[in-house]
Amino acid sequence: MGITVVEVTKRFGDFVALDDVSVAIPEGSLTALLGPSGSGKSTLLRVIAGLDEPDSGQVSLGDDDVTHLPARARGVGMVFQHYAAFKHMTVWDNVAFGLKVRKRPKDEIRRRVSELLELVQLDGLSKRYPAQLSGGQRQRMALARALAVDPEVLLLDEPFGALDARVRKELRAWLRRLHDEVHVTTIIVTHDQEEAMEVAGQIVVINRGRVEQVGTPRELYESPANEFVMSFVGPVNKIGETFVRPRDISIGLEPDGESTEAMVERVVHLGFEVRAELVRDDGQHLVAQLTEEEAQALELERGLIVYVKPSRQTVFST
Amino acid sequence: MIGRYALRFGALGYLAFLLLLPVGLVFYRTFEHGVAPAWDAVTSPQALHALWLTLLIAAVAVPLNTLFGVTLAISLVRHRFPGCGLVNAVVDLPVALSPVVVGLSLYLLYGTGGWLGGLAGHGIKILFALPGMILATIFVSLPFVVREVVPVLREIGTDQEQAAETLGATPFTTFRRITLPAIRWAVCYGVVLTTARAIGEFGAVSIVSGRIEGKTETLPLYVQSQFEGFNTTGAFAASVVLALIALATVVAMRMFRPGGEAS
Amino acid sequence: MGISAVALSRREAVLSRAGGGIARGIAIGYLSVIVLVPMAALVWASRSQGMGTFWNEVTKPEAWSALKLTLGISFLVAAFNALTGTAIAWVLVRDSFPGKGFVNAVIDLPFALPTIVAGLVLLELYGPNSPFGVNLAFQRAGIVLALLFVTLPFVVRAVQPVLLELDREMEEAAESLGAGRFAVFRRIVFPNLLPAVLSGVALAFARAVGEFGSVVLISGNIPFKTEVSSVYIAGQVESDNPAGAAAVSVVLLLISLAVLLLIGAFRHWRTRHDR
Repeated sequence: MGITVVEVTKRFGDFVALDDVSVAIPEGSLTALLGPSGSGKSTLLRVIAGLDEPDSGQVSLGDDDVTHLPARARGVGMVFQHYAAFKHMTVWDNVAFGLKVRKRPKDEIRRRVSELLELVQLDGLSKRYPAQLSGGQRQRMALARALAVDPEVLLLDEPFGALDARVRKELRAWLRRLHDEVHVTTIIVTHDQEEAMEVAGQIVVINRGRVEQVGTPRELYESPANEFVMSFVGPVNKIGETFVRPRDISIGLEPDGESTEAMVERVVHLGFEVRAELVRDDGQHLVAQLTEEEAQALELERGLIVYVKPSRQTVFST
Repeated sequence: MIGRYALRFGALGYLAFLLLLPVGLVFYRTFEHGVAPAWDAVTSPQALHALWLTLLIAAVAVPLNTLFGVTLAISLVRHRFPGCGLVNAVVDLPVALSPVVVGLSLYLLYGTGGWLGGLAGHGIKILFALPGMILATIFVSLPFVVREVVPVLREIGTDQEQAAETLGATPFTTFRRITLPAIRWAVCYGVVLTTARAIGEFGAVSIVSGRIEGKTETLPLYVQSQFEGFNTTGAFAASVVLALIALATVVAMRMFRPGGEAS
Repeated sequence: MGISAVALSRREAVLSRAGGGIARGIAIGYLSVIVLVPMAALVWASRSQGMGTFWNEVTKPEAWSALKLTLGISFLVAAFNALTGTAIAWVLVRDSFPGKGFVNAVIDLPFALPTIVAGLVLLELYGPNSPFGVNLAFQRAGIVLALLFVTLPFVVRAVQPVLLELDREMEEAAESLGAGRFAVFRRIVFPNLLPAVLSGVALAFARAVGEFGSVVLISGNIPFKTEVSSVYIAGQVESDNPAGAAAVSVVLLLISLAVLLLIGAFRHWRTRHDR
């Protein structure tokens, strides 16, 4: 079922965590709430989950107004950044917890838990305790646990934040595949734009308690609504009031009337691409991105004088 | 919701009944007949001597236990040695052991027929004299500094000390400038506990001292002798002094309590 | 680094290790003189007239009755503390109200107050002069009250840190999975608190078994009725029966050691799931 948030405000003392936030999450989608720390994205997730109540506004799951309903009655599944594993229970008991609390019959529990453990590839570890699992395994267990009660909505609060880079990448792909299979409306909170772009079908960019933009990864990259969104979803050069992506800085060895002279300060080879740090003759520093071939064609090296101009640029009307 | 209020008032009610009533009563009974009788009782030569004796014993026991406590804590945490577990158990014993048993063991050790009973023959009087009382007080107040310092030492780990070593500090300098400041508050807290225990000790000292009025009577023992002599004002006046010390202890404990508190 | 500097630091290392060893030796010597030797003397004295006498002294009607009374009441008091101590710790950690800091501090009062003062006050409050009209002197109820007073801090202070550290997200996860408040407490909070509660109970039990000063006034020390073991031992010393006193003392010593072992086991149990 879809989720609708209407004009929600939430304060903690003097601090306004959410300021009149309205968002619509389509049914069956995988949406990311993207923003820096302190932006309010986790608060929004917790309000949707029912762990915090908004000061004003409305939250609906499907057609039901759940604003004042506590978490246990909403049928949401939640996964926390630090796993929140029940450390005194085995993996099996962790996953079975929601079913036991609902007093489901024993065979149903056995069947469902085995199914889920297989789905998350933890079958065989069911008798272990969380302390004996790796971070990635614990998080997969947490997902299985959340899915066990057939939630209408799956909420993930920076689920991969505590894992190392390689495990993070693996789990991202894994989550995407899982969503394709299970089709539960899923919201993932993250501060990592790469993660959001890779995993989500729709991204809600939040900053300082306000929604900055909602759109597909492509929409956000190609048509950012403002400076914040543009610089958050990818690196950007700010030249006065104009914004240029590193990819959109074209470099030539000869001036052509529109281009400006610049000197190459540093060339960084990142394997498949090259990042060049330049300084224009007016003192403006730029970062450009080119392929390995393009760099070689220019014989790019430190100290080289080149001529740069933006092939595409964005200006925001205020 | 109701549950929360019920729990809160139940718990607070129990505490008020169990703790506040007694403390209130101590002050009430003492000053029931006016301040003057209480003051006279507290400043009688016997009472003053008892107070002085109590403080003297504490003044010997606490520093010794502190020195011991810090030394042993460092040995236990930083240098693994055979018998660590046994030492740990022995250090914890005074907390779980009856003070009467403590007193008796000293009575048997230093009394006639005991292994060190011969000391009395050489003019070194342990029982029914100050040394025995000091030994008993040291015994019962032994663990506190150790038990407070050990977890702190464990928690801060050796990183800082190792960093100091790479920067050229000698072990002694490291101890003085890195370790000691790090355990400072734990030591303070331990000292407060040790002092409170030393001053308040009753059972062990009772057996070991013979309760000779004016000579081997500490303030807690004085309270008892006054009560048995039907001099309730005297007993309560001395109790007020001890209660005030206890309240000061509670305040000091709150100030120095290491790590997280409830509030 | 020059050669002389290396030699200097090596010598320092040797000296400091030797110094450390000496300090440790002195500390252990101190521990032995203060605790081990007296304990050894106690055990030796209890057996000095043979195991037969030891056993007789312990099973003498008065001694045995005192032991049974002591253990029974201590167990009761410790169990009661399990409930009240946990409840108080919960209120102090999870609840908030004006004066909470004061209440939190006051928990330490039974530790700081000399036992004889506590005993005197309890006698005045609940004995023949009681302003409430009750008279619990010379009764077991009086002993229970005194022991409740002195054992108050143990369970509270054992549970508080565990409750503070408890991962709130575990409770939130349980809630999101559909558990009601009571289910969350029963299935999540309680199992994680249990080892700490039991440690506190064990300490409270040990303290209650050995308690002397607060009990000696209000109980009246009536043999077979209100005489606890610690008072019995003191009486035996005064009656010039050191062997009898020593025998019962050794029983109490063994109980203390058993409790310490138990607490160690609880600590091990508590940390086995941590990583």
